[in-house]
Amino acid sequence: MDRFRMIFQYFQSNSESITNGICGLLALASVKMYTCFDFSCPCLPGYNMAYGLGIMFIPPIALFLCGLILNRQSVVMLEEWRRPQGHRKKDLAVIRYMCSSIMQRAMVAPVVWIVVTLLDGKCLICAFSSSVDPEKFVGFANASPLQVQQLLAKVPCKDDELMRNNTSRKAVSRYLRCWSQALGWSILLILIIAAFLARWLRPCFNQATLLQARHWSNYIDIEQKIFEETCCEHSRLFAHKCILHFFESMQQEIKLHSFSLPREGEGAEGEEDLLWGITDQDQVNKFLKMWYYEKPPLDVSQVTQR
Amino acid sequence: MDKFRMIFQFLQSNQESFMNGICGIMALASAQMYSAFDFNCPCLPHYNLAYGLGILLVPPFILFLLGFVLNNNVSMLAEEWRRPRGQRGKDPAVLRYMFCSMAQRAMVAPVVWVSVTLLDGKCITCAFCTSVPVETLGNASHSGLSQGEMKRVLARIPCKEIYDGQEFIANEVAVRYLRCISQALGWCFVLLMTLLAFLVRSLRPCFTQAAFLKSRYWSHYIDIERKLFDETCAEHARSFAKVCIQQFFEGMNTDLAAARCHPPRKAPDDVGETAEKLLGITDQGTMNVALKSWHRCKPPLHLHPPALPSGNGWAGEKQPPAHPPTPRREMAAYYSRV
Repeated sequence: MDRFRMIFQYFQSNSESITNGICGLLALASVKMYTCFDFSCPCLPGYNMAYGLGIMFIPPIALFLCGLILNRQSVVMLEEWRRPQGHRKKDLAVIRYMCSSIMQRAMVAPVVWIVVTLLDGKCLICAFSSSVDPEKFVGFANASPLQVQQLLAKVPCKDDELMRNNTSRKAVSRYLRCWSQALGWSILLILIIAAFLARWLRPCFNQATLLQARHWSNYIDIEQKIFEETCCEHSRLFAHKCILHFFESMQQEIKLHSFSLPREGEGAEGEEDLLWGITDQDQVNKFLKMWYYEKPPLDVSQVTQR
Repeated sequence: MDKFRMIFQFLQSNQESFMNGICGIMALASAQMYSAFDFNCPCLPHYNLAYGLGILLVPPFILFLLGFVLNNNVSMLAEEWRRPRGQRGKDPAVLRYMFCSMAQRAMVAPVVWVSVTLLDGKCITCAFCTSVPVETLGNASHSGLSQGEMKRVLARIPCKEIYDGQEFIANEVAVRYLRCISQALGWCFVLLMTLLAFLVRSLRPCFTQAAFLKSRYWSHYIDIERKLFDETCAEHARSFAKVCIQQFFEGMNTDLAAARCHPPRKAPDDVGETAEKLLGITDQGTMNVALKSWHRCKPPLHLHPPALPSGNGWAGEKQPPAHPPTPRREMAAYYSRV
């Protein structure tokens, strides 16, 4: 339990770690969504390309937007960008730093989707089966162009009656899958090399500016969190004072109206504080009705000036 | 258990996090409900559309309403909306903020249901199988069937076992076509919803930040004030009940003593706490009478002012009154929600 609590506290203390965590979760969700998704190519001449490329590119856009939405820092950055200058100057380097770090994190899940799609191969086979050169494959070389289009469009569907035991279908499918996987691995390699270079070469350029930008972006984030917490604390105290004031005013009203209640003994003070002089069913009912019909004004200046 | 308690505490400490947690749970429940649901297309011409669209649209509506029901702040919003003005003005911006944040959270589970339904494809296949373009996908010209009979044949597309129109249009071809359309619609819907959410979240800081901060503060304030008031009332009720019961026992004791014609028993000072807690009832007969009296004739909701105790329940121990006060007895027992 201690270990878990330590991990939890570590993540909470550093908001960058939280955003990294969210980014990782979104990447895992992206893979899971792809495996759960039931890909079924329409195997019709005009529709294949639209379906294949649509499945490859539309979910990444949605995942990118999700990555921006779920990241708290994007709102902080926008607020910092749009705020009036006031007494505090705006530093564009900080805003640029925040923007780039948000974009980098939001790009992870879409890239994971595209790479998984390419490595799996179904999308590209579906999209480009009609664009393959039929001369290369024995089964399709001797058919009329229209028939060739129809047959090629049905290549992604293994269970179709025309394609069930067609060896040329398997050849086309393997050819396209090979291209798809090559593309997938190449993209992965390029991205990893780019990330590696960016991380290695960054200290060589403008390290001081980077440290400043990172410090101030953390500062803005923390300042906003503390402001929200302080507001919550303040509203709690405000509510407490307001309610106390209301109870006291009820107590005074009761004292004014009931002259026949001698207050004997200092010992009665203990419970009296908790009872506020409300000792009767009718008094309680009246008190609750007054709370509903006439909430006290939002003004505790008299209470605090005592 | 510690782990859950810590997570629970973290979520509860921040009201908005708690609401987000409920929202996420409902989204997962929505996806789980769909996978557990046994979809059975009726495969009849006019029923297919009704069934398919019903499954697509009715559960999201129910989930939306459920999202409001499960949100604690709904009653708070209603209360703030309907309360009389009194000494405190009403700010419509605060009400709008509360309603918008609740509606946004309630929208998540329905959107998840509609997306999962469209991406799965069974609903659209069932609803629109009679509208499949047989001319382009199959060969309708060879059939001599009337429109109605053609529709009846096409309506059986989702039910593979009883489909008998293989020569007009192959079952797999039609299902693939419909599923492709359904998935395209699903992904477009998902994209549209995420775009909308993104715009709502990112345009707010650009236009209405100051008003937003104000509304958020006052809506938190109203929530906290309500909770504190409930806590204070609960404390008051506790003290009220404690005093009421103590006075009941004192009254009991006094009555019994009066019936037996000797003065009420006073606990000697040196006996200690245990004797005080016995409240003067030290034998079976007295206890039975006390219990019967509590059941038959509960004391009125009215505390006697001179008898407000000094801490250990004995009236008159420090300043004995001249006569022990006789409690008022009421014949009818009534209940009150304090």
